[in-house]
Amino acid sequence: MYETKYHKPSSLDAAAGALASADDAKFLGGGQTLIPTMKQRLAAPSDLIDVTGLAELKGISFDGTTLTIGAATTHAEVAASADVKTAIPSLASLAGGIGDPQVRHMGTLGGSVANNDPAADYPSAVLGLSATVNTNKRSVPADEFFDGMFATSLEEDEIIVSISFPKPKRSAYAKFDNPASRYALVGVFVAELADGSVRVSVTGAGSDGVYREGAMESALSANFAADALSGASADPDAMMSDIHGSAAYRAHLVKVMAGRAVAAAG
Amino acid sequence: MTTVSMTVNGEARSADVEDRTLLSTYIREALQLTGTHVGCDTSQCGACVVHVDGKAVKACTMLAVQAEGAAVTTIEGLAEGANLHPMQAAFRENHGLQCGFCTPGMIMTAVDMVNRHGRAIGEETIREELEGNICRCTGYHNIVKSIAAGAEQMGGQREAAE
Amino acid sequence: MAVEGIGARSVRKEDKRFITGRGRYTDDINLPGQLYANFVRSPHAHARVNGIDKAPAMAVDGVVAVLDGKELQADGIGNIICGWMIHSKDGSPMNMGQWVPMAPETARFVGEAVAVVIARTKEAARDGAEAVVVDWEVLEAAASIGAALADGAPQLHPEAPGNIIYDWEIGDSAATDAAIASAAHVTKMDLEQNRLVPNPMETRCAVASYDPMEEHYTLYSTSQNPHVARLVLSAFYQVAPEHKLRVIAPDVGGGFGSKIYIYPEEIVCLWASMKIGGKPVKWTSERTEAFLTDAHARDHVTTAEMAFDADNKITAVRVSTDANLGAYMSLFSSSVPTYLYATLLSGQYQIPNIYAEVKAVYSNTVPVDAYRGAGRPEATFVMERLVETAARELGVDPAELRRKNFIQEFPYQTPVIMCYDAGDFESVLDKGLEAADYKNFPARKAESAARGKLRGIGFSCYIEACGIAPSAAVGSLGAGVGLWESAEIRVNPVGTIEVLTGSHSHGQGHETVFSQVVADRFGLPNDSIQIVHGDTDKVQFGMGTYGSRSAAVGLSAIAKALDKVEAKAKKIASHLLEADEGDIVIEDGEVKVSGTDKKLGWHEVCLGAYTAHNLPEGMEPGLKEGAFYDPTNFTFPSGTYICEVEVDPDTGVVDIIQFVASDDFGQIINPMIVEGQVHGGVAQGVGQALMEACIYDEAGQIKTASYMDYCMPRADDLPLFKISHSTTPSPSNPLGVKGCGEAGAIGSPPAVINAITDAIGNNNLTMPATPEKVWAALQDVSMKQAAE
Repeated sequence: MYETKYHKPSSLDAAAGALASADDAKFLGGGQTLIPTMKQRLAAPSDLIDVTGLAELKGISFDGTTLTIGAATTHAEVAASADVKTAIPSLASLAGGIGDPQVRHMGTLGGSVANNDPAADYPSAVLGLSATVNTNKRSVPADEFFDGMFATSLEEDEIIVSISFPKPKRSAYAKFDNPASRYALVGVFVAELADGSVRVSVTGAGSDGVYREGAMESALSANFAADALSGASADPDAMMSDIHGSAAYRAHLVKVMAGRAVAAAG
Repeated sequence: MTTVSMTVNGEARSADVEDRTLLSTYIREALQLTGTHVGCDTSQCGACVVHVDGKAVKACTMLAVQAEGAAVTTIEGLAEGANLHPMQAAFRENHGLQCGFCTPGMIMTAVDMVNRHGRAIGEETIREELEGNICRCTGYHNIVKSIAAGAEQMGGQREAAE
Repeated sequence: MAVEGIGARSVRKEDKRFITGRGRYTDDINLPGQLYANFVRSPHAHARVNGIDKAPAMAVDGVVAVLDGKELQADGIGNIICGWMIHSKDGSPMNMGQWVPMAPETARFVGEAVAVVIARTKEAARDGAEAVVVDWEVLEAAASIGAALADGAPQLHPEAPGNIIYDWEIGDSAATDAAIASAAHVTKMDLEQNRLVPNPMETRCAVASYDPMEEHYTLYSTSQNPHVARLVLSAFYQVAPEHKLRVIAPDVGGGFGSKIYIYPEEIVCLWASMKIGGKPVKWTSERTEAFLTDAHARDHVTTAEMAFDADNKITAVRVSTDANLGAYMSLFSSSVPTYLYATLLSGQYQIPNIYAEVKAVYSNTVPVDAYRGAGRPEATFVMERLVETAARELGVDPAELRRKNFIQEFPYQTPVIMCYDAGDFESVLDKGLEAADYKNFPARKAESAARGKLRGIGFSCYIEACGIAPSAAVGSLGAGVGLWESAEIRVNPVGTIEVLTGSHSHGQGHETVFSQVVADRFGLPNDSIQIVHGDTDKVQFGMGTYGSRSAAVGLSAIAKALDKVEAKAKKIASHLLEADEGDIVIEDGEVKVSGTDKKLGWHEVCLGAYTAHNLPEGMEPGLKEGAFYDPTNFTFPSGTYICEVEVDPDTGVVDIIQFVASDDFGQIINPMIVEGQVHGGVAQGVGQALMEACIYDEAGQIKTASYMDYCMPRADDLPLFKISHSTTPSPSNPLGVKGCGEAGAIGSPPAVINAITDAIGNNNLTMPATPEKVWAALQDVSMKQAAE
């Protein structure tokens, strides 16, 4: 790891200020992606601004229609939360399947979503549930938030404060693990939202990061059943291809996982 | 250099380290507690697992400064004097280790999973919970048995204490 | 403490330090004033070094020195050698290229070191290594067997035209051809052995220090064989004469073969410590570096045929293999695809005609050498894929086809050197079939089908050769060293015992198992026995631990030394007790005159040996004996492995439902430890079969240099294993032991692949059988069905 300077501000403003006054600072959540990347010397922020101590980023609340989770909430906390399990059980189970137990103790919702790793789990839920990303500056609908692999609409000094997930009618996440890294080789989040619209969002597979599978959404809107997907298929040309899975295999798995998610959503 | 202080195995410890110092490096080199091992550089093998404020984390994936003020338990802090922790004893009795290199991380992970899942943790849950720990010697067979046995013992002790 | 002898499930003595974090591994050792090494490595698979600019590195704060390969050569450090001579068909010796510990002119694989930076901190050493500027001239690379053998392929070494190291053969070519030509049925297959990376969880580490006043070197090293390391460092690499070099291998966190070898980094750390005036130098491999520098494994391409007569008896086996040895010839590399491979191509079967030819090739990849099983997994894969496939082609039960062809009488001389001394293949098979509940497999298959899953079962009846090896025999086959083992038994005046052994434990539990043999002999408590290993200053010599040799060879040396101790103790007792030497028995910690109540405590006899007040006429005081044991033959563990899988046709995911291992390891000292060895071996074999693969791209870049991409078996990939043992003692050593360390990795891959191919109805499947490959194989099946 290259040299870096660590800061742990106690307010949102101080955090944004620390970022602004540094050369090339990065916000640090649980660090479960950033620190390994820095260890490999693939990232070299001059300063790290730890946001996990900010009170504004803590807490989980559910008002009957919307579940709001603080950005510094760890995956383990989300997985274990009674509110999350009640409101959106698929989100609790998604969180409980991220990485491994040690990663879940450290990694945070905000960190994962801000990083937008193309194989991360959370972005599929944010997009699939039509969530809203609340920052220190504004609220961004999921459809406008993700901007391709490792890219989001976040500005330099913008911090995710919380994410609001509207409670869907039903939803489920089905993940096919990359056998080596245990990231998603293909993860599909399927939800029927409160307004009856259906979303199918896919992570791990798309060559441009998390995305929505429109044809499958249409098919499921007409008939929310795994069988309804028989005519739909993901486009191999839009898939990543690497030693862990060809584009054709990933495209195939998108359909299989989508079917399993639909079945699990009930 | 930053002075980083924390409670390690019940003792107040402090050392001047660079901000980029990993918790695993702090533990192994600054504190000379070499039971915490490092087996990979991508945060996957789990040989470095310690407890920070009661939760299992990978000490190679955390800066020492992030643990400022925390209570850290390493493998050296698990036994009370000559009395092995039940999970340590279970690993020995069930031949849950061979070369011993992954063992500290396995045991720290095992204690954490039993803390969360309780005495009756089943084989499937144990295997799932070991996702972040790699062993190359045992084929996990006896690790799984050790953890099940250790969970029984830990549960028994807890009940006896209550 | 109790006396736990041969056969006891004795809990391990060494565990207490490991479970409490008090193990002492090489990286735990820090010497006062130590500096840190970091290597400048080639980012190219094949490139000329036109210049090295060290100045930017020297400018980095904390950097003490930057040293390169030319300086190393100028100081007379020798080339790394392969210690086993193989001759080609035409009688010519193998073509060994030069391997300089740091490449002075040409780098031949990604990760090859060209310079080393020594600095006051680890991070400074790394900063320094990054700052070194190498003027590379990139050359075309050949990163696979096919690329290396292609017309116009880049030449790696001038010594090896066409990149061919040797073109070797064994067996009777003409007779085998004739038998195949006249066969009733021939099964022919193209097979591949995927390249593996051993991956012990402890990465390699070296702490080297030079004392300029004493002109003496000390090396702490993650080694399976510290004496071999010292021998090679002295005799071949000219680092220091043996009496001026101490090598210590403390607790070692797994090896699996990869820590046999003496790598460039150890050599360079020793030399660098001298170069900088005697400050200790420490290097700890990162995991990524381990992928780039630890010896890789397997990597064969094979065509194989098995011929049958009309009665389904095997009449011939013909095998042609190309083996990738990487960019340089590692220590044992030449022997792995030859004498450790083709000599096992008779399997458990009576086969009158066998012929194999093996071409070893250089490529721009990490050197390849022995890894758990070393040659025998490759041979077993060939044989057991062939016989299973033949059973399908012939429409007979795969277990029964094997049974029909089993060798029944021993000793059995195969056509490929090995003489099997003992075995009972049929009863081992029957035990396996029983444990697997084979007769009810069809019902289980139907039950799976009802759930939409494809169930399959696969067999593997392996035989392997352990206890390497009779020195004269391996010498005649080209080995550069003898492969005996040594032991010394030091009995203290109070009767406690220290056993000094040349074997080296890196997870095998020698401290426990070896103590059991001593405890058994004299009836002494196990905690009165201490096993000493891993230090060339303590143990006089030894060949170390690999090839499942520690029980068969190392323990035999201990047994032989114990014979001598026992004989002397009996002489002393007979003198003290005024009884006939032949009437003295030692048991339960007492030295008794049989048939009388006359006896002495063991400790009294030992004390008598040291007080020397009343010893037999002419006897030297003391009770300490040594022995060198040179085996008379290999040992031949065998077994039947039966794997049952369920395949998800939608995803290609393979679930191992059941894995049965029925082994014959001869006499077992500690069943608990033997079972553990099988568990671990099977897991590595399953890893090879299902998930592990080291992948290079065409340019020679390694695509799997971390656990993000190289898939290691995890707990949720494996089932609980069903283990059982048969015991046909080996007649070739005093304890009747055969060795158990590698069997699991040898026997399991074909069982897994046979099970999957049975499940999916497509025999065309290479390792690792990843979900995608299995799914694709299923697609082929449905396409064929659609076409029909």
